[in-house]
Amino acid sequence: MEYVGKIFVILISSILINNFVMSRFLGICPFLGVSKRVETAVGMGAAVTFVMAMTSLITYIIQYAILEPLGLEYLQTIIFILVIASLVQFVEMVIQKTSPTLYQALGVYLPLITTNCAVLGVAIINIDEKYDLIQALFNGVGAALGFTLAIVLFAGIRERLELSDIPKPLKGFPIALITAGLMSVAFLGFQGLIK
Amino acid sequence: MEKILLSLLSLGGMGLLFGAVLAFASKKFAVEKDPRAEAIREVLPGANCGACGYPGCDGFADAVASGRAPVDGCTVGGSPVALKIGSIMGVEVDQKERVIARVLCQGDCNNAVNKYEYRGIQDCVAASMLAGGYKGCGYGCLGLGTCVRACPFDAIHIEDGGIAVVDPDKCTGCGKCVEACPKNLIELIPESSQVQVLCISRDPGKQVRQNCKVGCIGCRLCVKACQFEAIDFVDNLARIRYDKCVNCMVCAEKCPTGAIYADFAKRKVAIIAEDKCIGCTACRKVCKFDAIEGERKQKHRVLGDKCTGCGQCVERCPVDAITLNLRQN
Repeated sequence: MEYVGKIFVILISSILINNFVMSRFLGICPFLGVSKRVETAVGMGAAVTFVMAMTSLITYIIQYAILEPLGLEYLQTIIFILVIASLVQFVEMVIQKTSPTLYQALGVYLPLITTNCAVLGVAIINIDEKYDLIQALFNGVGAALGFTLAIVLFAGIRERLELSDIPKPLKGFPIALITAGLMSVAFLGFQGLIK
Repeated sequence: MEKILLSLLSLGGMGLLFGAVLAFASKKFAVEKDPRAEAIREVLPGANCGACGYPGCDGFADAVASGRAPVDGCTVGGSPVALKIGSIMGVEVDQKERVIARVLCQGDCNNAVNKYEYRGIQDCVAASMLAGGYKGCGYGCLGLGTCVRACPFDAIHIEDGGIAVVDPDKCTGCGKCVEACPKNLIELIPESSQVQVLCISRDPGKQVRQNCKVGCIGCRLCVKACQFEAIDFVDNLARIRYDKCVNCMVCAEKCPTGAIYADFAKRKVAIIAEDKCIGCTACRKVCKFDAIEGERKQKHRVLGDKCTGCGQCVERCPVDAITLNLRQN
């Protein structure tokens, strides 16, 4: 029971308290790049969720089956990048074959995840926090859900901004960055929710 | 030494492994594509405007290749693209005339009266929800740029007077603005048509007059003036039938408010080649404006000030002696 409780804490922590975009400032590029419409934001969130869960699993196995026994921890970053890139490519191929509709919907966002630092971030945090396999998986899913939450909320705000009367110098990216900053301040409110 | 070897081996080995898996997967999960779809995609404009009804140019190319879409479905590319797609698919293509969007309103700030000052969301859809918009005329262009934002080709702009105007050179006739306009003010008009009624107000004439200097007041002078039955009159509003209109521009001359627009710079005049004319009087009889004079067996002459360039005589002449030319002045 205590174990389930700990997993719940990890989930809440990665979704709200240590939200990847709002608190750790990882994955800012897709957060700003594909948040113009809620639809695409949801698509990006779904793709990231899948890739993060898979990455958490595979990098965990590689870390403890290959890197640690051989004393090659210093290769962590480059090998994790290798894993993420291959995984994204593989997932893209499988989706294209099995579900052309989903492939169309995700479009360019799928390959974009390759360079999403949030994915590398979750893999490295899993190792740093010394999570076990199940905890690592939940941390990955939680981080991705947090990313989805942030990007969808942000996209909703940006859709409204489109129709608002914004002073000319602030139109476009400036107001988006200000909005992102305010959202980050709001997420600060979750700090201290757990212990 | 051993450490370097180990790291090289594990990193290289893993790279090799992932590479092999990907190579295998690309064979196993290869998606077969119709080569014609790719060829069609090459000749499409690539604007991904969606005017064809498919999601982007890729979607349209796939649909054509699998026979679900017509080869001339791309309005943006027009007939040149349709011809190329036709040759890829191996079918004949009918030539279609190019269409251009036109905003049917001239009620800019000099001509039209506003009923209140609007300071809300800068969008025509939002503005038209507030008592039908701020214009006195419920049919007029609000000029808040909903069509401008809808246009994928930068072909429509809000002019100084505060109404939208289409740039005919850039317009591709995709119809995006037609869908976007909450007032249904934009119409796709054949490129060859030089006469348009630039008003869609169905209000009674007195009300139109109060709201706008250049609206159609329903006086029917144009209907009476038109010799070709090319003007319909329904609901207090004249409408030109583009299939019957011959661009004689007489209606535009008669219109008391200027609601009918005609490009007088493109008005034509008939010229009879004297060496070919056999004096049959066929053209004189067919002319509805008494613009041709001449006795039987003698060379005929066109009266330049009466000729409207309608082209009836050109079709009627048995020896092809008449041509339509642009007016010199």
